[in-house]
Formats: sequence, structure tokens, C-alpha cells
Amino acid sequence: MAENTNTPESDTQAAAPQTHVAPGPHLSDRKLSTRRMMVDVIIGLLPVTVAAVIMFRRYALLQLAVAIGGCLAAEALFACMRKRRPTLGDCSAIVTGMILALSLPWNTPVYVGLIAAFIAIGIGKMVFGGVGYNLFNPAMVGRAFVMLAFAGAVGAPAYVEAGDVGELRDKMPWLESLGAMPAQYAEAPDGGADTVSAATPMTAKKMKDAGEEGGFLTKFKNLAVGNTIGSLGEVSAIACLLGGLYLCLRRTASWEIPAGAIGAVVILGGIGNLMDPSSGWTVLDDLAGGALLFGAFFIVTDPVTSPLTPKGKLIFGVLFGALVMLLRGYSNYPEGVMFAVLMVNAIAPLLNRWTVPKPLGGPAPIPVK
Amino acid sequence: MAMATTTPTSGKRTFRHGIHPPERKGLAADAVIEVLPTPARVKIPLLQHIGAPCSARTKPRQEVALGETIGQADAFVSAPVHASITGTTAMPSAVTIPNGRHMQAIPIKAADAQELAGKALLKDILGGDWPTSGLSQHSPEAIVEAVRAAGLVGLGGAGFPTHVKLRRNDDKPIDTVLVNGCECEPYLTADYRMMVEAPGPVVSGAMLAAHACGARNVVIAVEDNKPLAIDTLGKAAKGTDVGIVELRTKYPQGGEKQTVQAALGRTIPGGGLPLDVGVVVVNVGTAASIARAVLRGKPLTHRVVTVTGHGIVKPRNVLAPIGVTYGELIDFAGGLKDGAARIIAGGPMMGFTIGSRDYPVTKGTSGITVLTEDDVAKARETHCVRCGRCVDACPMNLVPSRLALASRNKQWDIAKRYHAFSCVECGCCAYVCPASIPLVQLIRLGKAQMPREEKKA
Repeated sequence: MAENTNTPESDTQAAAPQTHVAPGPHLSDRKLSTRRMMVDVIIGLLPVTVAAVIMFRRYALLQLAVAIGGCLAAEALFACMRKRRPTLGDCSAIVTGMILALSLPWNTPVYVGLIAAFIAIGIGKMVFGGVGYNLFNPAMVGRAFVMLAFAGAVGAPAYVEAGDVGELRDKMPWLESLGAMPAQYAEAPDGGADTVSAATPMTAKKMKDAGEEGGFLTKFKNLAVGNTIGSLGEVSAIACLLGGLYLCLRRTASWEIPAGAIGAVVILGGIGNLMDPSSGWTVLDDLAGGALLFGAFFIVTDPVTSPLTPKGKLIFGVLFGALVMLLRGYSNYPEGVMFAVLMVNAIAPLLNRWTVPKPLGGPAPIPVK
Repeated sequence: MAMATTTPTSGKRTFRHGIHPPERKGLAADAVIEVLPTPARVKIPLLQHIGAPCSARTKPRQEVALGETIGQADAFVSAPVHASITGTTAMPSAVTIPNGRHMQAIPIKAADAQELAGKALLKDILGGDWPTSGLSQHSPEAIVEAVRAAGLVGLGGAGFPTHVKLRRNDDKPIDTVLVNGCECEPYLTADYRMMVEAPGPVVSGAMLAAHACGARNVVIAVEDNKPLAIDTLGKAAKGTDVGIVELRTKYPQGGEKQTVQAALGRTIPGGGLPLDVGVVVVNVGTAASIARAVLRGKPLTHRVVTVTGHGIVKPRNVLAPIGVTYGELIDFAGGLKDGAARIIAGGPMMGFTIGSRDYPVTKGTSGITVLTEDDVAKARETHCVRCGRCVDACPMNLVPSRLALASRNKQWDIAKRYHAFSCVECGCCAYVCPASIPLVQLIRLGKAQMPREEKKA
């Protein structure tokens, strides 16, 4: 808003300070800013990031560096192309980079990480007009692109084949001492360690459900603590909860979304449990396994791509949880967080429209002039 | 602090959403009400209320006495205006009041001899005995007529003529008079000083208002950041049926929809008035003026104005004649400090900045807040990231960011779908917005433009 400058007309005080005319309110809460919210998300992501670095050491650091660097570079480049001042200061590119890195497997090739970062910022965010205008979560757009285009490098097969037991042992000898080798986290009551593949918990479950050789279920303890292999951020349920609760307490993430998502998974997983009590896979495994908590606390809570109204947020969270369960159970992918995020993002505007809150005392009539 | 006589009410003592801005009432909270020395001249606007303007009743160069009617109200929803000093009138001239309206005003040049000034004036207006019994000897009609003739309007700022609210209406019976002592705007302390220094007329006036409109309950609502006021009112109300309810401090509790919700647990329907739920809400200053009008037959000629803010040398609460300029009040409070950036008529949340020190004080002027560059510093506007903080802050349960965007893009169908006309313009949304978007300003613009555009189409 333009401020009109007016000198107070006064004959009693010649040297009065110059005062301005401006619209109210004349005070504002300066503790809040977009940048502060983004910094909150970075703080919230720290436990997960630390867990990833403990598990994957230099591979995790490399992925983070590539994705964050790529996102910042892409932001600067696209802002220049649009002849705008690059908005690197709001830290949103760093958040996108962190989420992207944490959603990739440890062995993603550098060029794939870079492409994902550029797609995330360029196609996911800047073509819509930059921060605040994008329809889909940028990090998920970037990941979806490389998942499909570079399926061999990061797609589902990568989680299995690249994680062949021998290769894991060669490249990350420390996994053994963390108890994070597939053979160590597999619950294999009938088979030995040699029938266990180097799969992530979700892939291994999918394989077992399909009756494939090498499939197995994972011990809950490992899912909770995070000493399994998988995408960098999907390993530790406890770390996700820790950072997620911080975000909810700071009200940077709306509690309604993770509450809805977890509620939906508990109900659907519970029904599955009751229908097949002997499967050995419980609701708790549904919650702690894969990227569900990471997605529920850090990805779908992105305010830009989630609804505005409390009721809309709850429905949004429930839909996300339900879609994850549907994709896990019936799609060809072992995990469904990424597609679930993109799908619920698409209906967020519709949810806004459906859940316009009723004003206090009901809507006021429109005055006739 | 001992709990004063507290009436059990069904309210939850608070309302949903809202914000906690810095209160900063300490600047002027302990400054006792002082009387402004009679100014050399005043300019009394002929429209200081919601409704029809008054017509001038005096001729230029006519001698008028303090309290004489100089503008008469010809319509029902209107209120007369009175001379606030003794002196000689001049040709009516145009003035601007802080909300930007231009109107006719009658200037009065002060006579050398004023019958009431200084301590005597203060005593006449707030001092003396204020009975709390035997008030039923005044008939309801007589009370309403006295209030009308005294030119009473809501002193909280809205300025709705009080006699219209007090008149009995058989279709909508009133059971409760709620005296609003919330004063939720930061900085302002005029109502607080009134409750502390003159609780007598507040209690008497509230009882007279209840008698006029046939209400059985009288409740004074005060926020819990004013324990001294709760205490003094409790003492003044001893032996009466007047209840005092302590509300949990939050902005905008003083908005009548929020006060009624918090104190009585009743929800005023959208676009409706408190009388739709059987309530009449009057400000504490108005209540005191009702007592003065009915018991002493005196019109509304003066009001307490808080002159405060970090941009003021010596913050004060001033009993000032209506029509005196803002500049004179600022000078009385020691003038502006270096770094003063905005002079605001009212408080910092809903007040208007004034462009000239020559604007006159009106019946609705509760304070003059002078903010410094530091107070008003604001980050550059950035894009909305749809964080929803405005939704969590809006006491009317609206979606301010959506409304503001609709206004900016002139999408009136969206503005209507999101209930733009339910907005009370309290400013909570703009206060919390992390992107520093002038949300309430945009919504206000939209509300003003929308029907006009509709008509054109």
C-alpha cells in the first residue's frame, strides 16, 4: 500500500516530526514471517536428517548437498529468467531441497539428484509464479519426475537391486554394527538369512505378499528406530515424530493434517489387521514403516499445497492416509506417499471450496446500495 | 485480587480465535483524568454519529452557553450536538473527521468568562453522588427522552445514537444490559480511568439504561487485565443487582459480538444487532453519560480522551470538550517526540491515521495514539503462502487471505462465497500475517467496491 506523506499543519509547533497516513492495523506481529516458518521446517527436519546421516553417512550428506545446492541454483536461475529478484532469503528452496534429498534413496546418482532439484523448483514451483502459487509440492514433483524418467536409477528396482547385500556390505560396512543389514532386521521365523534380499522394509513386504522369494517382514523395533535401509528420510519413525511434533507445536504445520493421516491409517490398517490377524504386520508397522510419518508431518503439511480451513485440513489428512494405504496395498509400488501427496494436492483447492467456514452467527446479508 | 460481585452468566468469559497484541496500557493507565484548559475555540461537527446529520440551530455571531443545543436532530436515528464551551458562534465551515468524511461544523470562539472550568468542570461531570436506588422514579420514556436530548451516542467509537437502543420494542424484548468495559484496543485507557475514578455514574447509568429498556439483568464486562477497575466497580455496585463479569483478556473482546459471546454466551446472528438476542450493549463512558443526562439533565459536551503512545512526551487521560483539535490535545500531553510516525484517532488496531492536527475531537474519539517509526515498522509484503494464520486469528471465523485475494482480483463471486460482509474489520488477520499483506485493508476495499460494481453490471 502506498503511504501518503503529509506534513502536519500546525502553527503551534513549527518543527513537528513528519507523520504519515497509512491503513490500520498499525501494529503487526513481527515474530512471524515466511522465512521464520521455513526455518521452523528446517529445524523440524533436523532429527530426520541426523538419523539419515547416522545411517548413510557420506551418502546422505552427498544427497543433501546435491539437492539443496540444486534447488538454490535453480531458484536463482529461474528468478533471473523471470527478471525477478531471487527470493533465496525466504529459505523455501532449502526446505524443498531437504525434503527432496530425504525422499531419495542413498545411492541416487548425482546427476539424477540435480535433475530432480531443477524439476522441483522449475516445473514444480517457478512456472506457477514462485513460492505461494504452486499447486503441487515441488519436492514431490521433482521426485515423481526422476522416479518415472530414471526408473532404473531411483525407481522401485533401485531400492532392491542396487541394495544387493554384497554391495551394501562393501559400501557401508558400518550398517552391520547399526543392526541395519536386511538380514538383521528381517523377521524370518521360517527362513534363514540367505533367503533375505537387500530390500527395504516396504519392498520386502510387497515381495512377501506376492509370494516372491526374498520377501520378508521387518521387526517393528527397527522401523521405529530407523536402522533399516530405504529413502534417507523414511528410516526413523521416532525422528519423524520428534520433528513433526515441534512443527505442530510451533503451528508451522497444522496438526489437523497429520492427525487425519494417522487416524486414517490406524483405521484402515486396523481393519486389515482384524481381517488377517496372523499376517504378522500390524497397524504399528503400517505407521512406522515407509515414509508415512515423514510425509504426514513434513510433506503434506506444506501450507501452500494444503487447504486453508481447519475442516479442509482434516479431510485432506484423512484422504492422504487413505490413499497411502490404498497404494501400498494394491499398486505396483511398495510405497505410495509420493503419489498420494500429488493426488491430494490436486484436490486441495476443491476442499477449500467445500469447507468454507460458517461465520460467527451465520453469514451477514449483502447490503443493497 | 478479591473477586468482586460476580454474576453467574452462561458465557465462557472468552470467544473463539482473536489475538494478543502488546497491551502497552501502562503508558497512561496511572495518569489520573485531567481537565483540558478551555481552548480558544472549538469546531463542533454536525454529524458525529451513525444516522442523519443535525441541522444548525444557531446563527453566526450568536452567544451560546455551555450545554446549549446548537445542532438539532430532525430524524429519529440522529443525535443533537451541544456547545462544549461558552462563547460566540461563527459561520459554519467544513471540517474533516478522522474517518475521512467532510462535514459542516459550527465554530465557537470562547468567551473570556467560562462558568465551568478546571476542577469545577471535572466535579460537575464525574463527581458528586450517584444514587443506585430509587431510580425507578424515572419513567422509561423520560429516560429515553433525556438521553436523546443530551445527544448521547455510543462513546466506544461506533457512535450509534443511544436513545434508539434504549427505546422499548415489544417485538424484541431486552433482558440484559451489558456495559462494555473491555477496552481491548492496545494503549487506550480512557474507559479504564472512568471505571477507576468514576464507577458511580457507570453503575447508575447502567441501571437507568436497564430500567428504560425493561432489562432485568445488568452486567458490566471488564477484561482481567484491569483488576483495579473490577475492584472499584464491585464496590460501587455493592447492594445493587449489577453484576461484574471478568473476561479473559484478548483482542477484539470489546467488539460487541465478541463481548456478548464472552459475557453472556449468546451469538448475535450475522448482520444482526445485540437486541436480536435480547441484549443492549453500552460502553462505560456512555453509561456514565446516561446517568448524567437523566439525573442531572446535562448533555454530552465533554469526553475522556487518552493521549498516549511512545511518540507522546507525557501520555495523559484528558477530559476534553468536543470540537477541540487533535493538535491541542497533543500539545497538552507535551507534544510529539522525535520519531513520531503516525497520529492515530483511536487505538492502533482499528484507529485511523490523521493527516492534519486540525481535525476536531468528536463524541466517538476515545484516544489519540502516536506511534513511532519503530512501532509501525513492517516487513516488505511477500507472497501469501496460505499458512492459515489469518484463519486461526479471525474472530468472525472467516478466511481473510481468500477474501483479500478476491478483493485484489475483483472476484466478487468469491468474496461473497467467503462471506466478505461478515468481516468486522478488527485487523487481527493483518496483525498476524507473516507475509505482511494488508489483509483487512483489501477486504475493506472489496466491501466498498463490490456493490457498486454489481450495480454497474
